[in-house]
Amino acid sequence: MTVNIKRIPKKKFLMPGNAACPGCPETMGMRYLKMALGDNFVMVIPAGCSSVIQGIAPRSGIYAPILNIVFAAGASAAAGMKAGFESIGRKDVEVVVWAGDGGTGDIGFQALSGAAERDDDILYICVDNEAYMNTGIQRSSLTPYGAWTTTTWTGKREHKKNIPLIMIAHGVKYVATASVGYPTDFIAKVKKASQIRGFKYIHLLAPCPVGWRFDPALTGEIGQLAVKTGLFPLYEYENGKFQLSPLARRYKDPSNRVPVVEYLKLQGRYKHLINKPEEIKKIEEYIESIWYMIDVLEKAFNPKEEARKLLGSL
Amino acid sequence: MVVKTLTGNYAVAYAVKLARVNVVSAYPITPQTTIVEKLSEMIEKGELNARMIRVESEHSALAAVYGAASAGARAFTATSSHGLLYMHEVVWWAAGSRIPLVMAVVTRAIGPPWNIHVDHQDILDQRDSGWIIAVAQENQEVLDLTLQAFKISEDPRVYLPMMVGLDGFILSHTTAPVDIPDQELVDSWLPPRRQPYIIAPESEVVMGNIAPDEDHFMMRYSMAASMEAAKKVIEEVDKEYGEIFGRSYGGLVECYKCEDAEYFVVIMGSWAGDAKKAVDTLREQNIPVGVVRIRFVRPWPREKLLEILSGAKGVLVFDRAVSMGSTGILFSEVAQTLYPLNISLKGLVAGLAGVDVGPSRIEAEILKFIKQAEEGAIYTPTEWILPEKYAGRYPSSPKEVIAK
Amino acid sequence: MNVNSKPVLEEPKTVFFAPISHPSPGSVGKTGTWRTHKPVVDLDKCTGCLICWLYCPEDTIIRLENDKVSIDYEYCKGCGICAHQCPFDAIQMVPEG
Ligand SMILES: Cc1ncc(C[n+]2csc(CCOP(=O)(O)OP(=O)(O)O)c2C)c(N)n1
Ligand code: SF4
Ligand code: SF4
Ligand code: SF4
Ligand SMILES: [Mg+2]
Repeated sequence: MTVNIKRIPKKKFLMPGNAACPGCPETMGMRYLKMALGDNFVMVIPAGCSSVIQGIAPRSGIYAPILNIVFAAGASAAAGMKAGFESIGRKDVEVVVWAGDGGTGDIGFQALSGAAERDDDILYICVDNEAYMNTGIQRSSLTPYGAWTTTTWTGKREHKKNIPLIMIAHGVKYVATASVGYPTDFIAKVKKASQIRGFKYIHLLAPCPVGWRFDPALTGEIGQLAVKTGLFPLYEYENGKFQLSPLARRYKDPSNRVPVVEYLKLQGRYKHLINKPEEIKKIEEYIESIWYMIDVLEKAFNPKEEARKLLGSL
Repeated sequence: MVVKTLTGNYAVAYAVKLARVNVVSAYPITPQTTIVEKLSEMIEKGELNARMIRVESEHSALAAVYGAASAGARAFTATSSHGLLYMHEVVWWAAGSRIPLVMAVVTRAIGPPWNIHVDHQDILDQRDSGWIIAVAQENQEVLDLTLQAFKISEDPRVYLPMMVGLDGFILSHTTAPVDIPDQELVDSWLPPRRQPYIIAPESEVVMGNIAPDEDHFMMRYSMAASMEAAKKVIEEVDKEYGEIFGRSYGGLVECYKCEDAEYFVVIMGSWAGDAKKAVDTLREQNIPVGVVRIRFVRPWPREKLLEILSGAKGVLVFDRAVSMGSTGILFSEVAQTLYPLNISLKGLVAGLAGVDVGPSRIEAEILKFIKQAEEGAIYTPTEWILPEKYAGRYPSSPKEVIAK
Repeated sequence: MNVNSKPVLEEPKTVFFAPISHPSPGSVGKTGTWRTHKPVVDLDKCTGCLICWLYCPEDTIIRLENDKVSIDYEYCKGCGICAHQCPFDAIQMVPEG
């Protein structure tokens, strides 16, 4: 599915004058969500920047009906809403969870795992800015190795938890990764997901100028660099089939990748390690491990039947 | 109308079915579990046309039914003890958003240590949250209250969620004959679901983004106003239910032999039955005592209690829950209600973790209280009726432990 | 038959303040005042490719007739993403005077 920018209708997709910081990746993502889904959807938003971005009642800066919900209950409230709509004969309303990395991988993980296992017919989008931004940049389990946060002053010692992989392990209908650096890719994935019945998960990388300490003009570019350095591969897993997204395929070959320092040096959160080769090496090794895993996934969930047979015969 | 022998938990399930609930979600916990088991069976057999969401926790159970209710569905959940505490955050969220919803709470002690027997610590822990809170005495009332809960919660004067308490094991797992009203009659009495808003594409409603402090303040004020309005609605519903289905309970409180009483027992839940037996015995000896059974803890029946108790010589409150560092929870409610009156007042904490008290002990406590009061007005906020195993070895007032 | 299949929206009958909002612009006011720099479009250079419009996090880029663009200065927060993403160098960030 390709998206032609020119064909996107000339209308509003977000209410300006909201509370997001300048250069916010979350509002970028919300615009793309509405571009993909049109008007027939509701959002469920657990605590996080997106709760605040809406601004002050009785107005709301996000152009969608929203059920704001307690931090841990994104997936469960959405599952209930969907069942509620269905039970009164409204099967067509799309229910979308829009949750941060903390609301997804930490406090909300239990509810997420439950909804995924039940195959509830919702679209869950994790807006991953790699920390608890709303409470002032504390580490989450999705903060990457080495990153400064206000609870990891000398850099986080653990690697990022791989939530999309865990969602694939749930055997859900659809899992995809996306980046606000590549809007049309994300829009296409949302559109595709909305046509699937059952549980859908999209992991949207959302570089945050405030928490990652970069110039707000660079949100899109850093979102692209994360992909080009090989740190954040874009892919889709659909009904047991795994494939790299076309624009990310070339980064499978390490020689096509942009050196990761080019990504790190733009961000203040990595300032303390930019001159430490052993730290850079750790991050490079992480990239290798990610691509090793991609290789395994491609083989395990290959659209071509031979690979599946091969695995079956092992 | 059919009479069936039902446990309290099955009585809940039948009421949920009669209310034609659209969405059910719950998580197993003793002694609530058989409610969801029964509802699952009804749904799978096609007797109840509802969606069942088999969640992974109580936090999710309440969030799920709340989500369904926000979308316009009539929804129900049930829990107990630790399950209710685990939900606590969502309990407040649901009330604050003014979405009608019904939950059964099978009352049970809170650990540690693990204990599955009745007391009221769990349900009374929720009393500041903005839910209407009622507690039944017996299985028939469990069915009737659960059914009424939908009508009360969905009344446009109220628009607050409601929980119905029933005592663990004593009601939940004990059978009694229960009249099950006819579906047609229920359909003509219970209107289609009403709610103040739905969150849907066409409504463009956003629930819960930050509001100015002044508006947040006024939302609390309006919840308080709706609680006041609910008092009237509860009385109305109780009365019309009596006219249609033949059973009324007195609304916010039930009075038992109150008319000429001088002394009163205030009590809530299944052991009110024991208190009534004790009063029957005392009445045979011409002792003027009656029972005021609290049916609704929220809204608190202040006016009604003042009306009933203003001529009293003494009021003895039995509490199955204590606010640590203070008194029994009903006691503090009763005491603040009776503050302007010069009445002998005593609070007894008893029956925690299902420890049995029984009619004869209640009778003895009433006699003791009357004797103390006749000797001169008393004010005794907390005494504990210790389990027989420990009685005599420890003082009945925790204060005296320190004095020693 | 399920008699409760459709909920009825009925006005509350007590003093009622609910935590309800509706999507509308300016939920924290005119955010144009936040700017330190403002984006200025050179319409001669602009090709109407809409890259800036796609990336703007605020929906403050206005699509003109021919898909060339102008800026909604009432709300634009001046992040500079549009200028950075424009492939034709048609937007300059100019300090607010
Ligand atoms: C139960 C609970 N604990 C803590 C909080 C405080 N809190 C609100 S948002 C937040 C962090 C959100 O992080 P994330 O989910 O990554 O979203 P982001 O703000 O980064 O978009 C925290 C800790 C809360 N609202 N509720
Ligand atoms: S902290 Fe980051 S994610 Fe949160 S509103 Fe600001 S820019 Fe957006
Ligand atoms: S990106 Fe540049 S060329 Fe394209 S529409 Fe915007 S200003 Fe015009
Ligand atoms: S400066 Fe930022 S907010 Fe303003 S128009 Fe450009 S991208 Fe949008
Ligand atoms: Mg975050």
